[in-house]
Amino acid sequence: MSTTEMQALAEQKYKYGFTTEIEMEAFPRGLNEDIIRMISAKKEEPDWLLQWRLKAYAAWLEMEEPHWAKLHHPPIDYQDLYYYAAPAKAQPKSLDEVDPELLKTYEKLGIPLNERAALAGVAVDAVFDSVSVATTFRETLSKAGVIFCPISEAVREHPELVREYLGSVVPVRDNYFAALNSAVFSDGSFVYIPKGVRCPMELSTYFRINAKNTGQFERTLIIADEAASVSYLEGCTAPMRDENQLHAAVVELVAMDEAKIKYSTVQNWYPGDAEGKGGIYNFVTKRGACRGRNSKISWTQVETGSAITWKYPSCILQGDGSVGEFYSVALTNNYQQADTGTKMIHLGKNTTSTIISKGISAGHSNNTYRGLVKISAAASGARNFTQCDSLLIGDQCGAHTVPYIENRNMSAKVEHEATTSKIAEDQLFYCRSRGLSQEDAVGLIVNGFCKDVLKELPMEFAVEAQKLLSVSLEGSVG
Amino acid sequence: MLEIKNLHARIGEKEILRGVNLVVPDGEIHAIMGPNGAGKSTLSYVLSGRDGYEVTEGEVIYDGQNILELPPEDRAAAGLFLAFQYPVELPGVGNANFLRTALNAIRRKRGEEELDAVAFLKLARAAVKSLHMKEDFLKRNVNVGFSGGEKKRNEMLQMALLQPGLAILDETDSGLDIDALKIVADGVNALRGPKFSALVITHYQRLLDHIVPDVVHVLSAGRIVRSGPKELALELEAHGYAGLEAA
Ligand SMILES: Nc1ncnc2c1ncn2[C@@H]1O[C@H](COP(=O)(O)OP(=O)(O)OP(=O)(O)O)[C@@H](O)[C@H]1O
Ligand SMILES: [Mg+2]
Repeated sequence: MSTTEMQALAEQKYKYGFTTEIEMEAFPRGLNEDIIRMISAKKEEPDWLLQWRLKAYAAWLEMEEPHWAKLHHPPIDYQDLYYYAAPAKAQPKSLDEVDPELLKTYEKLGIPLNERAALAGVAVDAVFDSVSVATTFRETLSKAGVIFCPISEAVREHPELVREYLGSVVPVRDNYFAALNSAVFSDGSFVYIPKGVRCPMELSTYFRINAKNTGQFERTLIIADEAASVSYLEGCTAPMRDENQLHAAVVELVAMDEAKIKYSTVQNWYPGDAEGKGGIYNFVTKRGACRGRNSKISWTQVETGSAITWKYPSCILQGDGSVGEFYSVALTNNYQQADTGTKMIHLGKNTTSTIISKGISAGHSNNTYRGLVKISAAASGARNFTQCDSLLIGDQCGAHTVPYIENRNMSAKVEHEATTSKIAEDQLFYCRSRGLSQEDAVGLIVNGFCKDVLKELPMEFAVEAQKLLSVSLEGSVG
Repeated sequence: MLEIKNLHARIGEKEILRGVNLVVPDGEIHAIMGPNGAGKSTLSYVLSGRDGYEVTEGEVIYDGQNILELPPEDRAAAGLFLAFQYPVELPGVGNANFLRTALNAIRRKRGEEELDAVAFLKLARAAVKSLHMKEDFLKRNVNVGFSGGEKKRNEMLQMALLQPGLAILDETDSGLDIDALKIVADGVNALRGPKFSALVITHYQRLLDHIVPDVVHVLSAGRIVRSGPKELALELEAHGYAGLEAA
């Protein structure tokens, strides 16, 4: 096979691997206080935020990368990265002013930003490298009182909200990557749903890394006030590049009394090629605080991309009767590594949590579920149910389950189930004897395995996720 | 027409089929009987292309082409269908989804248009009804938690929808109650026609009361040792297989 043919084949597998040619503005390589001051100045931030960043930077300098995860990678040279890159043209005020090249990019990704062409009922914030380039349906949303805008804008327009909640769920010193993000975050989405409001449409943010050697450090903050509810979806892609790229995001969710937040992720960063070259290093801190009584936070993730995934979307169940959920599909193929799971911290009375994790490993990949269920002394009547299933495809891959349980309350009930299985030859033959190709058969069986998680996704995205699972496994069998 | 010529096949070092010769003209239904371990299921797997069976000699011609060269899915597209002796469970895979995926895969290969969900459901519901199955059959996961008889009926549902040219039924009657047996037979008889043929593997005459075969073969120790009209089945039921090996 010629190189171009090979490339065509590879691109077919990862169809988001193209790059956008657009004039970019980037700050010099490397990280120091000056870079942080430049980012803050560029965004015309108030002094309190600059000071917050600098404090985070000072903390980060004293911290070390975590080494407890089952992940291996060459050392990351943090001075070799760009921390800010953005399309050079001035920030557009309205959709009509967005660079056509960017509109085309999102069109190609299947995310038309033109409101007429957009998916009905879904508002999108499009983040391109370090900045938000467009947010759709803002008027419709603001009529309902919902704030949905780039976080850099929220800092200017709603400083009281940002100041109160930023870092309140994931403190600056929480971990190495959270500290780094706090120092250099450039954009991301901000959502505020006022009391009693059910957000009238799905909200979503689409993250795109385009520039070379650039890290993406987005920050998302979602607040659902009393009895408010919102469903939010995040998608991500990146071009195919031989170098690894760093993505270190922080997502904070806050749910007040009776509020509900559903946060779904379809993570499809470039995973690297079949030999394990390139791909995104995805080190992400996601955490939700169920502050209020009977509040609920539900995480659903479908993780198929990235060379490395380090991610534990968690819930702090503070309010009495609050509910935390974690539904996860993590698929690794070739040389991908994933160490992902959740933490459910039960503080309030009668809090409940559910964890359903489906890990699929193929090729030479490694897939670890790591979870913590912690029940404090005060959390009487707390309940947790955990189910971790692993599916192995081939015999070169690894699946690991590391569940921690800390229970300090005698009245709490904690259940854990785990299984490991292989796609059986008789299942494949059964499907093929009915006319399905080997690849379709694997896709069908894997989707069946993930069904309990996929059904938690919003409809429009469940179909996309199913296709993604099949495509990500291409070439893994036979 | 199906022509099996001097077919030898083995699993690992063990030769199971030792020179099978068999011709099933279009429009005919042939029964295969024979003692446990004779190689009946092996023959059905070799015909449908399962991995792990090595054909060491012989050929299988169906509709003029040597199907031994085709992967299982292409044999299915060519018109072959195997009703499994032990149908396989597919957790999380809805029966309707499975059937539609299979039917459309075959239609695609045959250059026919794929069916959308609505058109498919109409077909599927009719088939479910004709097999006297409950409609929730389509919603359940493929064979998961099905009783033995339900699994066999599910095989018949698949056959009814995929409309094969050649059906191989491997002990579809075992585990069926008398009513279900009748329904399965009706399902096969409904497909009868000049373009349809079937190999019906069974241990019992009672199925052949309902699916009347044109020819009965006895497979023993990897060879067809006797063939005859439908009355042969009655004779076997009366006297067993003793002495046939020598014949
Ligand atoms: N995977 C295998 N490995 C080794 N031997 C096998 C395997 N599968 C089948 N056999 C052997 O091949 C022979 C034929 O088996 P097969 O299942 O074809 O018999 P059968 O005629 O269908 O019997 P039954 O009437 O009991 O269904 C048996 O001796 C069986 O033990
Ligand atoms: Mg058998």
